[in-house]
Formats: sequence, C-alpha cells, structure tokens
Amino acid sequence: MTRYPNMEQVTGDFYTQNFEKGAREGSLILNMGPQHPSTHGVLRIILELDGEYILRCDPVLGYLHRMHEKMGESKTYRGFIPNMGRVDYGCPLPWNWAFVGAVEKLAGIEVPERAEYIRVITTEMNRITSHLLWWGAYILDLGAFTPIMYAFDEREWLLDLLQTPTGSRLTYSSFRVGGVGHDIDDKFIEGLKAFIPYFRSRLPMYKDLVTDNIILRKRVEDIGPMPLDMCRRYGATGPVIRGSGLAYDIRRAEPYGIYDRFDFEIPTQDTCCCMGRYKVRLAEFEQSLRILEQAVDQIPDGPIIMDKAPKPSWKPPKGEVYFAVEGARGKTSVYLVSDGTKSPYRVKLRAPGFSNLSLFAEAAQGTLLADAVAILGSLDLIIPEIDR
Amino acid sequence: MNAIRKNVIQPIIDLWSLIVGLKVTGKYFCQRHVTVHYPRKIIPAELTDTFAGHIELIPSAKDPTIPKCISCMMCATNCPSNCIKVLKQKAPKVSPEQEKEWAEAEARGEKVKRPKAPKNPAKFSYDYSLCSLCGTCIENCPVSSLRFSHDIYIVATDRKELTMDLLARLARQAEAQAGKPADRAPGVLEQAAEAGQEASAKEA
Ligand code: SF4
Ligand code: SF4
Repeated sequence: MTRYPNMEQVTGDFYTQNFEKGAREGSLILNMGPQHPSTHGVLRIILELDGEYILRCDPVLGYLHRMHEKMGESKTYRGFIPNMGRVDYGCPLPWNWAFVGAVEKLAGIEVPERAEYIRVITTEMNRITSHLLWWGAYILDLGAFTPIMYAFDEREWLLDLLQTPTGSRLTYSSFRVGGVGHDIDDKFIEGLKAFIPYFRSRLPMYKDLVTDNIILRKRVEDIGPMPLDMCRRYGATGPVIRGSGLAYDIRRAEPYGIYDRFDFEIPTQDTCCCMGRYKVRLAEFEQSLRILEQAVDQIPDGPIIMDKAPKPSWKPPKGEVYFAVEGARGKTSVYLVSDGTKSPYRVKLRAPGFSNLSLFAEAAQGTLLADAVAILGSLDLIIPEIDR
Repeated sequence: MNAIRKNVIQPIIDLWSLIVGLKVTGKYFCQRHVTVHYPRKIIPAELTDTFAGHIELIPSAKDPTIPKCISCMMCATNCPSNCIKVLKQKAPKVSPEQEKEWAEAEARGEKVKRPKAPKNPAKFSYDYSLCSLCGTCIENCPVSSLRFSHDIYIVATDRKELTMDLLARLARQAEAQAGKPADRAPGVLEQAAEAGQEASAKEA
C-alpha cells in the first residue's frame, strides 16, 4: 500500500483502525462526531452498523481535554477556583463546592451560616438552569425546536438572578475557601421569591407541551434500558441511577453543608428507560424549588466569609481528602492531596458524566441509530466535564 | 373490546396530545414576545450592573485621572492567569551636583529629603483575553483600587485589542465625566439605547 500524506483521512486514525479489527463482514463503520450536533460538543462515537442497527459502539474522548487536574498542581488554592467554573459549564457551582469543600475539610475550616445558605441557594438555582438546558437540548436532539425557547425563557430569568452573587452567566467561580465571594441582596431574594411560583406554574405547560406528547413518548419510552445492576457496574450516579430506581443522592446519602436541614424528596423512576431519566429530572425541578423556598425563608444575616479567609499564599496542612457533592449530573467529587505547600500536590476530579457515558456503549448495542441519540441525550453529558 | 381500545381510542388520545401541545404554542404565539431585539433595543441597565466584565481601576478621590493604586504588585503576582502588568514609576532623576550637595549636607549631619518615586503606577496593562474574571486581584488589592466594570458589549476583531491600558481608560473616563466632548461619535449602541428607552417609554 502506498502511503499518502493524508493517509489517516483515508484509512481512519488509530481509534478507527483499532475498532475495525473485530468488524463483522458487510457492516459499516461510522464516526458520529466529534462535530455532530447531538453530541453537544466534541464527543466522538465510532459505530459499527448493520443497516440502521448498532452492532457495537465505542466513545472516543479527549477532544476537549484542558488538563484541569495538571493545572491544579501549579496553581495556588485560590487560583484554582476559576478552573472549577470551567470544568462543567452547565453546572459549575457543584464543582466549586466540591473543591472548596475539600480544602475546607482538609484544613478544618468552618463556613459562616449565611455563606452556607448562599451556597445552597445558588447551587440549587444552578441545578435548575442545568436541567433546563438539558431539557431544551434533549428535545432539540430528538427533533423538536420549540421547547428550548421556553426553557431559555426561565433559564434567562435565573441567570439574571444568579448574576448578582456570581457576576457571570455561565462559568461561575464565586465560592471561596471559607465562604462565598459575593453576598446576595434583598432584590435577589425578592426576584427569587417571584420566580418560584412562576416556575411552578410553568411546569404543567412543560408536561402538556412535551412530556405527554406522543411523538416524544414513542421515542423515549422503553428505549435504552439501563437496569440497576448495569448502573452499579459502571458507577453511574445522579439522575441516571435514580431513573433506574435507586434513590441515591449525595445530599441525602452523605449530607454536606447544611443539606440535612431541608425537607425534600429524592425522585426516582423504576422504568430504567430514557423516559425514566427524563421524568426524574423534571421531578427534580420541584424538589430544587422546595429547597430554595426553605432556604430563602431561613437565611440568616451575618458574614459571608470567615475571618482571616485564606490569602492566595495560604498553605493548608499536609494530608489527603475526598469530598463529594451532588451535581446536576451526579456525584461530583474532588480528591485532593496536599504536601503543605501553596499549591496542591494532586487534584483528582471525579466527573459524573464520565461514568454515565460508560453505560452508553452497552445500552446502545442492538438499538437503532436514532435511538442511540435518544440514549446519549438522556445521559445529560457535558463533554468538557468528561474530558476535564 | 381490547382491539377497539388499541386501534381506535388510543390513537385518538395520542393525537389529542399533539393538539394540546399546539394549544400551548398558540397561546404563547399570541402573547408579547419575551426577547429583546438587539441592537434595536438593549436590556435594561439594572441587568448589566451586576455583570462582572473586565477589571478597571478606581480613581482616587483627589484626581479622577490617577488611580488609588500604590503599585504594590499584589494583583499582578496573585493573578492565576498572569494577565496584569504593573510598572512602577521611577524616582526622578537627580543631577550629580544636586547629589553632591546632598551628600555634603548629610556629612554635616543635616537631614536630607531625597525625592521619592510617586506611588501611582507608570503603566497598568491588562490582557482581557487571558483573564478568568476570578476576582483575586480585586479581593487582594490593599487599597481597593480595582473593580469589575459592567461593560457587556465589548467586542474586538483582534486578540491584541483585548490588551488594555487601564490608565488610559481611566483618563478617558475622567474626560468624559468632566463633560469634555467624547473622542468618538455616539455609536450604534448609544443610539439604540436611546431609541430603546424612547420606545419603552412609549409602551409604558
Ligand atoms: S480577575 Fe483574576 S484572572 Fe482576571 S486579572 Fe484579576 S486576578 Fe487575574
Ligand atoms: S493590588 Fe491594587 S494597589 Fe497593588 S498594584 Fe494592584 S491595583 Fe495597585
């Protein structure tokens, strides 16, 4: 075989060549992504197709790898916080919390009461915005354009509110070791109090417009079954495992911050299909609203950051910690090793999307290509978080 | 009976779900639109006021063209993205005769007041394309000389344009505040803002 300069484009790159080895006679190898609209960014999936059925598939990662973990080793503890805003752009505040929580646990820092409430309020708002984004985009993947417009109507309202305590609309990095960076004011509380009943009144519309719609139901009901043991095998968390019937939520299982003070339920569905995961997320809107309502009523006055909060040159004690929080996509956690210097020795980020994506290859086996898109979307993947 | 249910009633229920969806769309179609038609209209200032844009210097109380900054370098050393460069002012040049005179005076045991470098920076450049808007510089400035601006409309066609000279910016702001003619004609945005405000006033 002659080697052409652009040989890779002809024969496929390393991943394709490797994947091709076990291919069945007469099947078609197809790349979905990395620039495919339904992969939300740069996820690439290599598929082996028989007609329209998927025989095998293999996700390829790394197109958006930004070395966040490695960067942690050269940045100060304060300097690493903006990175946490960029790991997962859809839901950055749980990441913020996971990191500052780990540092606080390591150094035994107490966070003022008001800061804890601000953390809960902003994180729950962030969860709603993230689920709204997923909801709109998922329906968009399945071919319906209108719902994302409704989702963004609410989302914009929340983003306007979240701009007060965070200063930005997407990559929030407002948590600090020992508290939060900005306070919330009465206008924010009023806005939030107005938002809660408004959003509640919109939820039945979501049901009428989308959830009950027969076209959606035919596309997601009983598609992509992920039984509980499969979820367990791959370490799925968040709405994925809750959609398979297990009420596992870090806010309940290992309460952090002040989550043990709130009264909320953990919605589950035991259909294990895409519809189950869909319904879990919609039910989580209501639970987040409940937490918000209680937090807004209870929030005390006081400082938002501890006295003598760590300066950029601060050095924590030596040690190792692990801290997990519940993000919009599942268990978001940080494992931190400190050698007592200004910057961490090692930061390991556990991204829930990575484990959730691992289920895809098995769940999509034998399904139609169009159903694979439905399965992929139902996992609520944010690729930058998976690649880190 | 079951066949009727499956083949007649169920499809009707299914179709009905589509009509319900269309009803929602129809209802919202008849309502006022919720989007802002940029650039003919822009969003109200209360929404941009909480936005944290690029950083800017805060003028001192005495002179609006001079920042409070004391060139301590805290911001530049602590910035995780290395996007601030501060240049300290040099002490004024002293002629050799003057220096000799002072040395003699000192030898006589008199106290000499040598001129010191002014504290405010000679140069303060900032690269917005690198900034992660983390606020470290703002939180660590000992004299609170930095803040986030609220400019959400900043655009650039070249990466170099995002490197700003914040001292020059401060001077421009001071000039504009003093009521001197601005160094550029009102842009599309200002005109749109005015038109938008008029339109909203009319609507109200
Ligand atoms: S906001 Fe952060 S990244 Fe930007 S200049 Fe200040 S310290 Fe540097
Ligand atoms: S930290 Fe403040 S005073 Fe020090 S150089 Fe920066 S702006 Fe100037």
